[in-house]
Amino acid sequence: MTKFFKPNKIFAITSRAPKYVLFLFVVVLSIGLTEALILSPEDYKQSHAVRIMYVHVPAAWIALGTFSSLTLFSIGSFVFKNKYFSLISKSLAPSGFVFNIIALITGSIWGKPTWGTWWAWDARITSMLILALFYAMYLLAWRIYEGKEYVVKITSMIAILGAINVPIIKFSVDWWNTLHQSSSVNILSDTSIHISMLIPLGIMTAAFALFSLLIFLMKYNTELIKIKNKGLDRL
Amino acid sequence: MINEIISMNGYGLYVWSAFAFTLISFASLYFVTKLQLSKEQSKFVSKFGSLNVDKTRVARLQSSNKEILSSTSKI
Repeated sequence: MTKFFKPNKIFAITSRAPKYVLFLFVVVLSIGLTEALILSPEDYKQSHAVRIMYVHVPAAWIALGTFSSLTLFSIGSFVFKNKYFSLISKSLAPSGFVFNIIALITGSIWGKPTWGTWWAWDARITSMLILALFYAMYLLAWRIYEGKEYVVKITSMIAILGAINVPIIKFSVDWWNTLHQSSSVNILSDTSIHISMLIPLGIMTAAFALFSLLIFLMKYNTELIKIKNKGLDRL
Repeated sequence: MINEIISMNGYGLYVWSAFAFTLISFASLYFVTKLQLSKEQSKFVSKFGSLNVDKTRVARLQSSNKEILSSTSKI
């Protein structure tokens, strides 16, 4: 299985894929923005402020999903001793970090009209802020220790420690009294959000996931070419 | 209709700023990543160009090197 992640095999796909992913992203985002800003109904309580949900919630989901994947690949790099797993983790981090920041900032903008405050030390918000700090530490560690033998160990440790925070974020609304409501979209149980809002939310999530994939592919290609540049030096 | 979309019942400033922040973040991340990729590709092309005949032959044996060169020529 790990042979699949070898650069010579995978580069043929990853070098061609970005242009198709970019095209698909632009199409899906255009549909999503039309749905989110114009076609979807306003909320009976929050009025039009509810539209912020269409960027805030997908950004938070992608940030969490990306960190979970990043951790799995970091564990994989330990188990299989495969350096390309750590390369995948490294390439996932920038988009995850940006989505985390988007979730925090748009959440803050949404908080003002809804709760009357830009910021509260609420369990969900605080745990998302901690996740952003782990992303920042992870990215900084790669920058500081790049080229050193132990960089994979350090970054993997940061990822594994940060992963403890992921279930805390997910269940924070159930474990503590927070300003956030409990989850409205559930895979295993009933979803309480109306279909007219669920559709734009789904489209925007798909668009954000495509953007995350696009950045991952571009970053992964950059890292592979960096390795190839070093290889040319050694010839 | 247009005024209604812009003002959004008084919530326009919040909604539009949230969407604008998201799209500006996307554009910034995309261009920064693209710049980093282009820089590495250019570095690869110039290094490849400076190899002697024997080293070029060895380097060309790797399919990923050929892929990089062909993807760079499309930019």
